[in-house]
Amino acid sequence: MAERNYSWPARDAASVIGTYHDRLDGLAKASGAAKYTYDVNLKRQLIMKALDCPHAHCRIKSIDTPKAESVRGVVDVSVFPHAEPGKEISWQGELLVAVAAETEGAANEAVAAITVEYELLDVFTQDQALEAAKQAGRAGRPTTQTKTEKEPGDDDDADAFVEAEIARLLKEAAHVVEGDYGAESVTHCCLETHGATLAWEGDKLKVHLSTQNVSGTEEQIATALGISADQVSVECQHIGGGFGSKFAPDYWTIHAAKVAKKTGRPVKFMLDRDQDLMIGGNRPSGFIHVKMGADKDGMVTVWDSHHWGTSGPQGGGVSVGVVPYVFEPKNRRSTLTPIRTNLAPVRAWRAPNHPQGCLLTQAAFDDLAAKMGVDSYDIFWKNLDNKSSVQSADVYRQEMTLAAELMDWKAKWHAHGKGSANGSVVEGLGMAVHTWNTGGHTSTCRLRVHPDGGVQSFCGTQDLGTGTRTVCGMVVAETFGLDPDALTVNIGLSTYPFSGVSGGSTTVAGVSESHRRASEDALAQLFALVAPKLETTPEALEAKNGRIRVRGKPDQSMSWRDACSLLGLKPLEVEATFQQGSPTPLSSNGVGGVQMAHVAVDRETGVVKMKKFVAVQDTGLVINRKTAESQMYGGIIMGIAYALFEQRTVDPRSGAFLNNTLRDYRLPRLGDVGDIVVRLFEPDDQRARGVIGLGEPPVISPGAAISNAVCNALGVRVGVMPMTPKRVLDALERAARRA
Amino acid sequence: MTKSGNGTGWRSLFSRRAFLRGSGAAAAATALQAQVAAAADDAAPRVIRGATTVTLNVNGQQHPVTIEPRDTLLEVLRYQLDLTGAKPVSTDGTSGACLVLIDGKPAAASDTLAIACQGKAIETVENRGIDNPDAVVRAFVEHDATQCGFCTPGFVVAVRAFLARHPQATEDEIRAGLNGNICRCGTYANVVKAVLAAAKGGGNG
Repeated sequence: MAERNYSWPARDAASVIGTYHDRLDGLAKASGAAKYTYDVNLKRQLIMKALDCPHAHCRIKSIDTPKAESVRGVVDVSVFPHAEPGKEISWQGELLVAVAAETEGAANEAVAAITVEYELLDVFTQDQALEAAKQAGRAGRPTTQTKTEKEPGDDDDADAFVEAEIARLLKEAAHVVEGDYGAESVTHCCLETHGATLAWEGDKLKVHLSTQNVSGTEEQIATALGISADQVSVECQHIGGGFGSKFAPDYWTIHAAKVAKKTGRPVKFMLDRDQDLMIGGNRPSGFIHVKMGADKDGMVTVWDSHHWGTSGPQGGGVSVGVVPYVFEPKNRRSTLTPIRTNLAPVRAWRAPNHPQGCLLTQAAFDDLAAKMGVDSYDIFWKNLDNKSSVQSADVYRQEMTLAAELMDWKAKWHAHGKGSANGSVVEGLGMAVHTWNTGGHTSTCRLRVHPDGGVQSFCGTQDLGTGTRTVCGMVVAETFGLDPDALTVNIGLSTYPFSGVSGGSTTVAGVSESHRRASEDALAQLFALVAPKLETTPEALEAKNGRIRVRGKPDQSMSWRDACSLLGLKPLEVEATFQQGSPTPLSSNGVGGVQMAHVAVDRETGVVKMKKFVAVQDTGLVINRKTAESQMYGGIIMGIAYALFEQRTVDPRSGAFLNNTLRDYRLPRLGDVGDIVVRLFEPDDQRARGVIGLGEPPVISPGAAISNAVCNALGVRVGVMPMTPKRVLDALERAARRA
Repeated sequence: MTKSGNGTGWRSLFSRRAFLRGSGAAAAATALQAQVAAAADDAAPRVIRGATTVTLNVNGQQHPVTIEPRDTLLEVLRYQLDLTGAKPVSTDGTSGACLVLIDGKPAAASDTLAIACQGKAIETVENRGIDNPDAVVRAFVEHDATQCGFCTPGFVVAVRAFLARHPQATEDEIRAGLNGNICRCGTYANVVKAVLAAAKGGGNG
């Protein structure tokens, strides 16, 4: 069948999409009825707990478990394959021994009774300390990206040419900024820890998995267990946070499946909180030294930077591709040195690399404004002429204009450090811009329309709290002219048609595609049955307000239910697929976004308080305004968290994660976030682009915007995030010493 | 450098958690003993060892449960009564995700011993059921004060307790008074709106 000309209804013709709709599972979540992986209790299930490694780098000498085995209620004690005696462990928190028991109490008692002998090995965790890393042999080979307006001659050594060009441009620059900035690693800290509740039925394995990847983990689990994918099914109706850390089933789920097989009992294994903070995911750190030159008007002409950081034992660090970020001076050189550490490996963290790249770049651009004594807004505006983002400078500037109005930027602005103080408190403004560039992922939707008018959709996607379930329902409801609450939306099961992993802001575009396609296809078949009854052609029909009617003649109509009864005895079943990357009128990729922060800083205590935050975001066509705005609030609050609060504190001598409890790993609370104003920027030309995901963009700019606001308040840069009271006071003290 | 040590010994040198286990263990043990003693005071004095059957009053119903003295209320609610609204997020009540009401007062079920709850009225988030939501739950849905939702039940219980004391709460009071719960998705902005709406709409009604 030839592909239909799929489309979205015009803004004024849409009755469901673009509205504020309550999420379909909101009541289940708020009333405590929603069942998460942790909440699924299977008959005769065992509770599994694990001993984790207290050392950041060691070799296992011996493991002694008889005492654990003799604890009442313990059913099985097993050593993880990577922890057998003789094996090397390269980060703290790695799981060593698992205990399956009748109760949590028995499992915990047995874990405490396990004795392990370790040989301690050299530890290195100082990801900020480049020289120390070099001396310890932990610095990897640097990667450099360069671009210059002038090309080297045939006889020139390329590196020497770039070196000379950058030196010349810096010398000729009217303004030169030199700065040091950094973003420490933060964890994902999902409130539901990583894990599974699973059971075998014969040779078939049912896994309730806390996952962002319902359709993809089935195969991963089967491969790891050496069975075929059709023996495994994965279910996740609700997940307590993922943020990029729950794409894979994890080795502990595989181990739990083996224990379940061995004991013949269902097993629940979820990480403890401290284990989740240690090994459940974190993002790369990045520390930079920048030298940047600009012309007399503040247009940056040359960028030269070296940054370093860690992704764990493999080195890694913040991708050199995001430095500089959004702004792209015509002459630039960026170097990254990876540092191999005994810190747990990173996982994709919401908008991988971008929040760090945004700070490492745009703090320097703000320092240029400070140095020139001009408004940061004007420097950002001007430098959008040279940018790498796929979003147009025009859209960024429209968003800047709107954000400035919402913030009252021009009235509130003062030069850096020149605001009036209220006692020891000074206030400041800062801004940042960001980009994200992914389209919808592959997704298939199966629709069943029943002769009694009932509609069911099936899709192997997942709802991370982003509102995916509601988006699926709204798209089908819009197409059929029904109320979203009248449909049954089925997701979260790997036996449903394939849908991609929820990562990188790909989901809402992906599922909107598949659900719109399937429902347009189904509607066309229904129209073919209805048209003769209404004495018209299928092309003349439309579905609106629970009726199928002749366009322009609302009286010539039939109720949805009567129309469906024409199906006879058999439900109509339709399946449609969107392939990632295929040309489509329904979705697109590539967004911009502007954010502004207003902070108050106490020079005596070093405490930074959020007063107001404004975010303006383009995201193509909005399906559910309510959950889309929630994504915005959420991204911004997560950004406030990494800008001001959360910090993984590691003892440099032992490599131990010292604050691996929620009491000590500080996250902002309700009273810490100030007033937040969000605007989805959706003029006709942006809406016409179709659906674009929104998970990552709002989390990118807060760090840079808040850093710049703090600098504007104090007249002093607090270079490294999180900007804790101690860091603020240290920065003030350093500045006082210099002066 | 080569050293050896066992699993718990070395950790105690470095880990804050282990530090709390060490120096805080005495205090924690005292607190827990006090709870057991208080429970014993209510009935005839006796030493309880191993599994014992007690009756808990949860959401207005009497539930006989077989528990050990070390079992937390959270474990008993979740594993024996399948009341999983209260969530295991932190072990010490820092997150507020496991809040329940005990005799009308909010308490972290994760650091309350089940055995100390005999004779008390325990109210979980599920008290009203999904078909009979109160003003707080309705406001959370309407203002989308939930994303992943794992913190939401704890927030709902906290808000119920807060509004019972501050039925006319202002925005400033809400921002000052609901800092016992952690949300990672960032629902705070909408929680404020939801609580304001619930307060205006008559609080717990």
